[in-house]
Amino acid sequence: MSSPKAQLEKLPRSVQVLLALGAVALAAFPLVPSDSADFYLQMLSQMMILAIFAMSLDLLQGVSGLVSLGHAAYFGLAGYALAFLTPADTPISLWWALPVSALGAGLAALVIGFFVVRTHGIYFIMVTMAFAQMVFFLFFDNKELGGSDGLYVNFRPDATLFGWAGIDLENKTTFYYFTLAMLVAVYAFLRRLLFSPFGRVLAGIRVNEHRMRAVGYGTFGYKLAAFTLAGTLAGVAGFLWAAQTGFVNPDLMGFHMSAHAIMMVILGGMGNFAGAIVGAFAFEYVMHFFKDLTKHWQLLMGGFIVLVVVFAPRGLLGLSEKFQRRRGVNSDE
Amino acid sequence: MSDLLLSARSLTKRFGGLAAVNDVSVDLFRDHIHAVIGPNGAGKSTLTNLLSGDLPPTSGSITLNGTETAGHSPESISRLGLGRSYQKTNIFLPFTVWDNVRLAAQSRERHWPWNPLRWIGSAQAMAGVNQRCERAIELAGLTHRSQTVAGTTSHGEQRQLEIAMTLATEPTVLLLDEPLAGMGQAEAESMIALLQKLKKDHAMMLVEHDMDAVFSLADQLTVMVNGQVIASGTPAEVRSDPLVQAAYLGEDHA
Repeated sequence: MSSPKAQLEKLPRSVQVLLALGAVALAAFPLVPSDSADFYLQMLSQMMILAIFAMSLDLLQGVSGLVSLGHAAYFGLAGYALAFLTPADTPISLWWALPVSALGAGLAALVIGFFVVRTHGIYFIMVTMAFAQMVFFLFFDNKELGGSDGLYVNFRPDATLFGWAGIDLENKTTFYYFTLAMLVAVYAFLRRLLFSPFGRVLAGIRVNEHRMRAVGYGTFGYKLAAFTLAGTLAGVAGFLWAAQTGFVNPDLMGFHMSAHAIMMVILGGMGNFAGAIVGAFAFEYVMHFFKDLTKHWQLLMGGFIVLVVVFAPRGLLGLSEKFQRRRGVNSDE
Repeated sequence: MSDLLLSARSLTKRFGGLAAVNDVSVDLFRDHIHAVIGPNGAGKSTLTNLLSGDLPPTSGSITLNGTETAGHSPESISRLGLGRSYQKTNIFLPFTVWDNVRLAAQSRERHWPWNPLRWIGSAQAMAGVNQRCERAIELAGLTHRSQTVAGTTSHGEQRQLEIAMTLATEPTVLLLDEPLAGMGQAEAESMIALLQKLKKDHAMMLVEHDMDAVFSLADQLTVMVNGQVIASGTPAEVRSDPLVQAAYLGEDHA
């Protein structure tokens, strides 16, 4: 029997170092003086938000083996929630708008998950996509919900806490650091979850759901909980996106957004959350690079994805392991 | 007299016009090994699947530890104290032996997927689970392999792992579907010794093709052909049954 490919759950030291350096670089970036600082701050903020979104999908796709082609629905719903919650003349408090928006997305995931989690394989992919398209057209076709043009978020949320106004999210640098803190927090939470009793059950379901049931696990409940949690975290990302860009439209929950998230997770490497972060940054970077190069960037992007899938089937993080093996170093055996 | 832990009455499973299991009754007692034999396609594995909940019976009843379980899900039947192993090795290939068994052991903790405390604690730090896991691995004779990735172990070790996972759920009834299949002489001998050791605390149903093992282990034998029971009794009774000799034992045991 060939040696089965375990997912890269335990990160090799090289990847740990890479992530730490990346976090330091992100933290230090605003300190570097630059003429176009605002532009890069916004771009990096968006990359970090997409990284949170990709990690939330990885909980389903990489950890539980549930490939959702409709994950953007929950991202977009939370963004719309912020747009609806924000009054026309004054900002809304972050401390209740964020939980309400994220939990709202989670509630939608719970309801939709109740139906889709019963299906397997290709049917799961189809049904998650179908529900997401329903959500998309609900907003696309309804003028009251903003229609195809979308809605403006009039103010970024107000982070005043018990009278202390130290965090001003209207400030681009502050928003950037807030997003970075959220990225680190979500990553730390998901890494703990991966090795928790709950996370081990999800991994077991990915590998062999039949056997999980035979030893006594009600797998439906676990998959539904994972789907709901993933929807909630996608909601956190969608909320930040709406706050960052100041506007929402149906594209946020569209098919392309869902597909991009899947590609980010595959690109970086599935099932360990670090890959999702790396994949999100790499995907966005390469996309911007190609966009600057030519208006036919999508063709290049497609070629790039194909190359990665062919030559690095376990994603960019998988490559790091390959090199390490070649050097005879293997920290996690 | 030993106690009756599982009693199946008139179990029937039809696939379209075919009755894969037809009016079969089985009683499993503690400290008893009940072997089910029969040629390929006799319905032995289907019977096992009906008892474990992998398939719902078309008709008939199953009582497991006092609860009616016909048509229940495999997970609820497992939690009522039934453990089964599979004919085709059915394990978590990418996980280590330890993680395979640990996962099985963890299923007996109170677990509710919506409890956030279960999302952040460490799975490896559950003392009760680790104890059960260690005991099951030791019983199955895999202690020296516990940190090996299951997919890289030998066929015989994977069969032992099947048993270890089943034991980690602390069942009272064991359904073992060809535990000796494909094993070498030495491996088979240690498996037989293990089954003998397990007999005392469990009611056991053994589906097996290895006749030497069956006759040395079984307290009771049921012979199935074409979904039906053609004989049932002690090994001596079954061995002398002319119907059985004609249908099954004929060639090598006449």
